[in-house]
Amino acid sequence: MTTAPTPDRPARRAPSLDGKRIGAYLLIALGALLTIAPFYFMFVFATHTRSDIFQLPPPTWFGSNLDENYRNLVERVPFWRNLWNSLYLAVLTTGFTLFFCTLAGYAFAMFSFKGREVLFGLLLATMLIPGTLNIVPYALIMQALGWIDQPRALWVPGMASAFGIFLMRQYIGSSIPRELVEAARIDGATEFGIFRRVIVPLTGPAMATLGLVTFVQSWNGFLGPLIIFRTAETYTAPLALRSMQGIANTDWGALMCGVALTVVPLLILFALASRQLIEGLTAGATKG
Amino acid sequence: MQATLKPSKPRRRPSWSDFQRRYAPYLFISPFFILFFAFGLFPILFNAYLSFHQWQPGTGLGEMKFVGLRNYTDNLTDPTFWQSLKNTAILALLSGLPQHLIAIPLAFAIQGGLRRMQNFVTAVYFLPYITSIVAISVIFFTLFSWQYGVINSVLNALSGLPLIGALFPSEKINWLGEKEYVQSAVAMVVVWRYTGWNMLLYLSGLQAIPRELYEAASVDGATRAQQFRYITLPLLRPIMFIAVTLSLIGGLQLFEEPFILTNGSGGAGQAGLTTVMYMYRTYASYSDAGVAAAMSWLLFLVIGVLTLVNNRAFGRSGLAGRD
Repeated sequence: MTTAPTPDRPARRAPSLDGKRIGAYLLIALGALLTIAPFYFMFVFATHTRSDIFQLPPPTWFGSNLDENYRNLVERVPFWRNLWNSLYLAVLTTGFTLFFCTLAGYAFAMFSFKGREVLFGLLLATMLIPGTLNIVPYALIMQALGWIDQPRALWVPGMASAFGIFLMRQYIGSSIPRELVEAARIDGATEFGIFRRVIVPLTGPAMATLGLVTFVQSWNGFLGPLIIFRTAETYTAPLALRSMQGIANTDWGALMCGVALTVVPLLILFALASRQLIEGLTAGATKG
Repeated sequence: MQATLKPSKPRRRPSWSDFQRRYAPYLFISPFFILFFAFGLFPILFNAYLSFHQWQPGTGLGEMKFVGLRNYTDNLTDPTFWQSLKNTAILALLSGLPQHLIAIPLAFAIQGGLRRMQNFVTAVYFLPYITSIVAISVIFFTLFSWQYGVINSVLNALSGLPLIGALFPSEKINWLGEKEYVQSAVAMVVVWRYTGWNMLLYLSGLQAIPRELYEAASVDGATRAQQFRYITLPLLRPIMFIAVTLSLIGGLQLFEEPFILTNGSGGAGQAGLTTVMYMYRTYASYSDAGVAAAMSWLLFLVIGVLTLVNNRAFGRSGLAGRD
C-alpha cells in the first residue's frame, strides 16, 4: 500500500456517538442479554412450582416456591451429598494436578537433561489425542481395577495434565531466574528442597490459574462420572441433575433449584477470579 | 581435554549431590509419564486390540474372541452408524459456523467500542463456557418447551411486530419433539455456549496487532476497509485457524448437549444422535465393547481426515500462510 495521502482528506474524527458506534453497542448489549437470559430463567424457575413453569406466558419474575422446591429436591436425591462428591473430586484433582504439574514443569524449564526435547514433544503430542478413543477402554479398565463408584477412578488419571505441565513450564521458564536455583544449589539445598522453598513460593499466580481451570473442569465433568458412578450416593451434582430429569413427571421446580445450586458456586468463583480463569483457559490456544 | 601425566591423581567420586542433580528431573517428570502410559497410551492400544475382538464386558478377559475386521464391517453396514455420522457432521457445521460468524464481529465491536467496560463484558460472554453443560442443557430443555417454552413465546411476540415480524415464525415450533428441529435446537445451545469462548480468542488476536501498523497505514491513506483487508485479516488468520480447528474437533465429539436435550434417547427420528452418543449406547446398553471400540476408531479417522483438510485449506500451507 503506497498511495500518496490526498491533501484534502480530513483528519480522522475523534470517536463520538456516531451510527457505527451505536450499532456496536447494540450488538454487544443484545449478545450479552442473550448470554445472561438462561441464567436469569434458571433462578426464576427455581422459585416456581412445576405447573407454574409450564404455563402461558411462562413466568418472568420470581415466585414464592423456593423452599418447597428445595425440600422436594433433597427428598428425591441426596443433593448435598452429591455436591460434596463434586467438591471432593474437584479438590483432590486440583491438588494433585498442581503438585505434579509444577514439579514436571520445573524439570522441563530449569534442567537440561538427556531426552528433554523428545519427552516434551511427546507430552505436547498427547494433547492432540481425541478423548473419544479413550472412553470405552477407560470404562473397561476401571471395571477391571474394581474402581467403579470410586472417586479415584477420576482423580488418578486426572493428575496427568499435559496442558498443566505446559502452562507451568512457560511460567517458570519466563519468570524465575536460573541464578536463584544455582544459588540454592551452592548453598547445599537438595533438589526437592529447592523445588519446595524456591519454586513453589514463586509460582503462585500460575498455580492459581491452573488450579481454577482444573477445578472448573472437574466440577463440570459429565461423561467420566457417568461411566464411573452407578449409585445415587456416589453421584456428582451433574449426574444427580441428570437422574432427576431422566424420570417421568420430572419436578422441574426442584430440578431448577438443583441446577442453581450447582451453578452458583462457580458463578461466585468466577466473580472472584474471572481474569485469572479466562487467561488460563485461553493460554493453551493463544500461546501455543 | 588434555590427558594429564599424573596417573596418581584420584578421580573424584560422584557425590550424592551430583547424583541427585542428574536424576532429579527424570524423577520429577516421571509421574506424568507413568500415568500417561497407564491411563493414556495403554487404553488406546487396548482400544485398538479390542476393536478386532468380540467381547461382552463383565465376562472376563478369557472370553475375548478374535473376529478380525467384523466389528468395522458391522459398523459400516449399520444404517444407524451412518445416520449418527451424518447428524454429527450437520451439528458440527450448524453449531460451528454461527459461532465464528457472531464471534468475529463481536470481538471487533468490543475491541473498537469499549474502553472501561471491556473486562466486564468479556467476563459476561465467557460465563456459558465455564458452566456445567448438564445444568445448561437442563435449563434449555425447559426454554425449548413446545407449548409453554420461553423461546417460542419470545418468537411469537416478535412475529407480531410490524416490519420485521415476517422474519419470525408465528406457529409454535416443537423444538425437541420433531426431527426437523432437534438439530437446530442442539446447535443453538452449542452456539450459545461457545460463542463467548471464540470471541475471546479473536479478541486476544486483535489485541496482539500493533497499533503502529494501523497508524502507518492511515498515514499512507489506506481506508478503514483497506486496513481491515490488508492488516487485520492476514494477522488474524492464525488465530482463526486455531479457533476453527478447536471447534471442528470439539464439534465432531459432541456428546453432552444432545444427550441431555434428548434425554439420552437421540430425540425424534434419532436426529440428535451423535456418533459419541451412539458409541456410548453401544457400550453401555448393548454391552458390545468391540463394536464400540471400532466405532471410536472410525470416528477418529473422520476427525483426522477433516482436520487434515482444514489444515490444507486454512493452515500454514494454505490460507493462513499466504499474504
